[in-house]
Amino acid sequence: MAEFGFSISKTRSIKLSDTDLSKYRQLLEAVPSYNRCIGCGGCTASCTARQFTDFNIRKTHWYFRRGQYDNLEQELQKCMLCGKCTLVCPRGVNLRSLIINMRQILTNTNEIIG
Amino acid sequence: MENFSPFVLPFVLGSIGLLIICVYKYVRWIRQFDRLQHKTLLKNIFSIKFLPAIGEMFRECLLHVRISKKNWRLGYMHRSIAFGWFLLILVGAIESRIGTKGNFHYWVAIFYRYFHQVPPENHTAWVFTQLMDLLLLYVLSGIFLALVKKIKSNLLGMKRATKHTLMDKAIRISLWGIFPLRLLCESVSARLYHNGGFLTQTIGDLFSTNVASFLEMPLWTLYSIDLCVFFLLLPFTRYMHIFTEVFLIYFRKVGLREHTKMTGFTKFELSSCSRCGMCIDACPLYKDLGITDVQSVYLLRNLRNLEHHKDIIAAGKNCLMCHRCAEDCPVNIDLMNIRRISRDKGDLDITNAYKYLFKVKSFNAIGRVAYFGGCMSHLTPSITESMQTIFRAVGQKYWYMDEDRSICCGRPLAQQGFNQQASKLRRKVTDLIINSGAKMLITSCPICYTSFKKEYKLPIPVMHHTEYIDKLLKKGILKVNKSDLKVTYHDPCELGRGCGIYKEPRNVLKAVANLMKTQNEKENSLCCGMNLGNTVISLEQQTIIRNTALDNLTAPNPDIIATACPMCKKAFKHGTNANVKDIAEIVADHLVP
Ligand code: SF4
Ligand code: SF4
Ligand code: SF4
Ligand code: SF4
Repeated sequence: MAEFGFSISKTRSIKLSDTDLSKYRQLLEAVPSYNRCIGCGGCTASCTARQFTDFNIRKTHWYFRRGQYDNLEQELQKCMLCGKCTLVCPRGVNLRSLIINMRQILTNTNEIIG
Repeated sequence: MENFSPFVLPFVLGSIGLLIICVYKYVRWIRQFDRLQHKTLLKNIFSIKFLPAIGEMFRECLLHVRISKKNWRLGYMHRSIAFGWFLLILVGAIESRIGTKGNFHYWVAIFYRYFHQVPPENHTAWVFTQLMDLLLLYVLSGIFLALVKKIKSNLLGMKRATKHTLMDKAIRISLWGIFPLRLLCESVSARLYHNGGFLTQTIGDLFSTNVASFLEMPLWTLYSIDLCVFFLLLPFTRYMHIFTEVFLIYFRKVGLREHTKMTGFTKFELSSCSRCGMCIDACPLYKDLGITDVQSVYLLRNLRNLEHHKDIIAAGKNCLMCHRCAEDCPVNIDLMNIRRISRDKGDLDITNAYKYLFKVKSFNAIGRVAYFGGCMSHLTPSITESMQTIFRAVGQKYWYMDEDRSICCGRPLAQQGFNQQASKLRRKVTDLIINSGAKMLITSCPICYTSFKKEYKLPIPVMHHTEYIDKLLKKGILKVNKSDLKVTYHDPCELGRGCGIYKEPRNVLKAVANLMKTQNEKENSLCCGMNLGNTVISLEQQTIIRNTALDNLTAPNPDIIATACPMCKKAFKHGTNANVKDIAEIVADHLVP
């Protein structure tokens, strides 16, 4: 069994007043349901990828929310888009859409056609 | 020159222009086929697979059989214009060939009544004259219906007609002008030369000779110009479908298919859409949510012109992938794949993706069946438990391959255009299955099932659990009691429309309970709204779609609502107090102890 999803993180502080939250705002616009997230961690607990590796989707979107974008794109590559987290989320956050949009905002890409 | 008049020039120029543009486009698209498509085409180009295509071209491009089956009024409209016009050209060509005795230019067939200025000289000529009038009347009836449809689409059984672009509207006016103009031209000439049939002669006789001779040249000129306008606009508008569908049918018959990227074949598909709008009426996003700009017809149109890039992306994303439009499309365009192409994320760097899966080891499952629950089934453990009960009941040794850790089948990624990532997962899962030595793969999730069936190339049989249970029941290996519970069955999109599995789940349900009919079932079943295809609509909107589907299922007042998909089960469970169960659970409840 994978370890349970709530290990104790190191204490650290983020100065929100100095942080660039523009990407987060962009994300909220694309996925309005993310406004409702209460950080419960249900998504992480159900995550398919987490059964194999230490990928933590709640932590990842929470970092994004706080403007800490380092390494997130690499992290998000671990997600298989299976959709379990979306089905489990008690607040109806569209997590698959959230993940796709986070990746697109971070890599500054969009669909390619033609 | 005999049989020539300057007024034919616009027509001649227009038709030559049309030919050149079409040949240019088609050659370009064929060159844009990808390697596999080229190979398939070259291999089969002269094979006899081509023969059935002729029948289909006749049925679909001219008679419009598939539209007629869904909506006979619309079918009549399309048929009378397409088939009527075709016959008008064909019969006209034969008539003029006989009539001109060798002095034949191809425009004579179109303007025959102008050049052949004598009354029918014998019986054959008379029959031809009447026949041509009859055909003209047939086409005109279609044009009349098209006008009615424009004004009030529901008279032709359509809730919503396609919103057309300016160009499409312009060419439509020219098309609608062609046949009334032809009627007038021929009537006026009939007045002057008495060469008309029952229709044109009667109308012609209403004119005085003076008026007729005054109108004759302007009318024929106008007719010729109108044809020219229609021909020259055609390659740039939806009417390109008239010729393109013929090619598409041929290509499909020789085995060409849509791939994950836009190719020349996609271009043929895009241009085969007649924008009939049947896909709009089918779409739950329109029916339940009133969204009217994302349906296949609009996606295809924008993709075809590769303009409105933002709209393409937005429309591409907002789709449930429920297959309802694809089911109703009379041209059978591979709409689900085109939707995926519009979502293509391109070549991202995937060297590091899913590295963590390397260490996952296979299991020695020689002689066993492999059971793949799928990610979603992990949220509905009663389904996987029931399947294990069934395996044990028939003494089947099995390997529950994703019992405590599941690898996703890759389809959710592929549906969102992450094609490389998806194929990486597919490679891993394929290795696990092949290395295990299992003799068969059974899955409980229609999404995984579609993936294994269509996207994997597995050397062993793949079955959905409903197929498997049906087989066990047929062979008499599995014994069940029939109860008198009433059930309704929900066809999951991917299992039903996607893979054509309608019979097996019903057989199983009939063996354990009383299956009741619902209003919308089989090909016509409704989407549960939770489909992984859509990442745009909100939970509230999904709920509205789900409720429509639930209303359909609860209407006959069943004891149990049965489904065959963990996702549908979860969707319905939250929306009703009624008992929602997967077929596997119902069977497990009815096993003979
Ligand atoms: S399950 Fe939903 S509410 Fe809970 S942390 Fe995840 S996204 Fe937020
Ligand atoms: S979609 Fe991604 S984050 Fe969500 S459960 Fe699946 S693997 Fe985890
Ligand atoms: S996609 Fe098919 S159903 Fe939709 S408008 Fe085109 S031809 Fe008609
Ligand atoms: S697949 Fe379903 S949701 Fe998508 S366009 Fe077709 S009918 Fe609408």
